[in-house]
Amino acid sequence: MTLNLFYFLSFVAVFSAVLVVFSKSPVYSVLYLIITFFSIAGHYVILNAQFLAIVHIIVYAGAIMVLFLYVIMLLNLNKESEPHKSNVIKFAAAICAGLLMIVLVGSLKGTELLVQQNPTDIGLVKNLGKVLFTDFLLPFEIASILLLAAMVGAVMLGKAEKH
Amino acid sequence: MIPIDYYLWLSASLFTIGVLGVLFRRNAIIIFMCIELMLNAVNLIMVAFSNYLNDAAGQVFVFFIMAVAAAEVAVGLAILIMMYRNTQTTDINVLNRLKW
Repeated sequence: MTLNLFYFLSFVAVFSAVLVVFSKSPVYSVLYLIITFFSIAGHYVILNAQFLAIVHIIVYAGAIMVLFLYVIMLLNLNKESEPHKSNVIKFAAAICAGLLMIVLVGSLKGTELLVQQNPTDIGLVKNLGKVLFTDFLLPFEIASILLLAAMVGAVMLGKAEKH
Repeated sequence: MIPIDYYLWLSASLFTIGVLGVLFRRNAIIIFMCIELMLNAVNLIMVAFSNYLNDAAGQVFVFFIMAVAAAEVAVGLAILIMMYRNTQTTDINVLNRLKW
């Protein structure tokens, strides 16, 4: 049952990821990427990381992809205006990605099998919060400074130039 | 239960598709989306190992990756809008002066 669910979610994720790359209009790419993110959130639920699944949906599907859609509509890019690369470059890109896949397959082949632990509640808010606020307190605070700097940078970059 | 290799294969495939998209497309927005895809492949493998090794540190790392991804997208899209304002396009080949 879980295995069938895994196969289904993996198929949806890989299929819509391929469509992200090959669809003509950027708006369709964004929508397919949202489907990919939802199926990855399903994988998180299978892996007993329920809180992370919810955060993933909120942050990626709710915030980042809406930002992408706003930018695409703001720049009025929803028509196919992209000039295509030459066939040589496309061929070279496909060869490079295939070589990377071969390297990954070769390095991952014959990995030692891990036995999955009994289902634990490690992915719930209580345990994650404890770890986050004891072992990882300093990186957590630095992440807040990073977000503040990103916000200031985005506002500064987006500000209209004075002429 | 599901063996860990299945998650390794799935993440490797998603990462490769992301790399293919970065190399294949010229629209800077789609290149950004493919970078998000690669980050998510890494996130997935971190959550898988965190579950299989029964260690919460992997899931905490995923939080930090999400924070960095949000910051990256905010700044990157602001840069993209400035680029569009100056050149009226999001084609990365227009910015080829950055190469040299």
